Amino acid sequence: MFQRRALVESLLEHRPANMVVVSSLGNPTWDVASVGDHPLNFNFIGAMGQAGPFALGLAMARPEKRIVLFAGDGELLMSLGVLATIANQAPANLAVVALDNEAYVETGSQPTATAGPTDLEAVARACGFVQTRSVVEELPLDDIRDMVWQGEGPLFVNIKIVAETLPLVFPYSFDGATAMNRFRGAVNDSETH
Amino acid sequence: MKSQKDIDWHQDIFDVLERQGIDLIAHVPDAGHAPLIRKCDARNDMDVVTLTTEEEGVGLLCGAWAGGRKGVLLMQSSGVGNCINALALPVICRVPFLSIISMRGEWGEFIPWQVPMGRGTPKVLEAMEVSVFRADAKEKVGETVNAAGQFAFNTRRSAAVLLSQEMLGAKQFKEG
Repeated sequence: MFQRRALVESLLEHRPANMVVVSSLGNPTWDVASVGDHPLNFNFIGAMGQAGPFALGLAMARPEKRIVLFAGDGELLMSLGVLATIANQAPANLAVVALDNEAYVETGSQPTATAGPTDLEAVARACGFVQTRSVVEELPLDDIRDMVWQGEGPLFVNIKIVAETLPLVFPYSFDGATAMNRFRGAVNDSETH
Repeated sequence: MKSQKDIDWHQDIFDVLERQGIDLIAHVPDAGHAPLIRKCDARNDMDVVTLTTEEEGVGLLCGAWAGGRKGVLLMQSSGVGNCINALALPVICRVPFLSIISMRGEWGEFIPWQVPMGRGTPKVLEAMEVSVFRADAKEKVGETVNAAGQFAFNTRRSAAVLLSQEMLGAKQFKEG
């Protein structure tokens, strides 16, 4: 299994200029922040279950951007239905990376449904995602990176990661409006197209 | 002057959406919204997104606005309860949010299961900092949606239009 911080870093280092990153609340947001601040990141710190719908809306509004969503297994389980909504809209520019540690680590490591029989990749495939993949063993990351950066979407990669408690790394701002204003400005800045 | 029955209020809403540049229509369908959904579906320059549950529409429209697009969430009053925690997102991020809600559980309702959420709808919206605009008559629908849309997108706050069951008319639903 992967160490989550090293994995996210390897998927974000030297990222393409058109890549826009959304992270779900909790650890995925701390992971993305740990790689460094970026104006094309939007990091959820609440509103659990809303990162997937948000990423879909963004993908539909900016088809020229690559939208990458990092979401925990708890986040995705809370709004499984959005995987059907995404697959039916079929945005070619959206990649969903599930960081699946099979636990609600922030609240005391209670097991999630993926610790049991539930398989998020199978859910995404059944919903109609164009490409799906499960990564259990630690592999060289090049082909996963290629898929996340430029594979035809909507695509879904479920990556099993170690359930570990790590130091929190905070994103640009805890104030939603401050974070949104900078993000929206960067996404819609014609200079960055 | 047009009589009440000649007013095509679905068309009036459609005209407001077009005038305000609202081209992303998210919905969990309701009979009261069906003619508007059909009109939007017929347009190549609008996207209609059918949701599995109403709260998806909140995040979807916030993401679209971050990307420079304007949208509206169409739902029945029963869907408002599904949206409660999601409604924190537009509030905390100061994202404009607009919803048009067909009311159940009020004027002449015959299904008792519709009553609790129908009665709770305005209270729940106000509790989550959504400004509520109510349309009780067909000739007021267009201007009410126009006002709510201007309020939402100009002040970057949440607004909802309640289409009253009295205005929608019991004829749209099966008799109980």
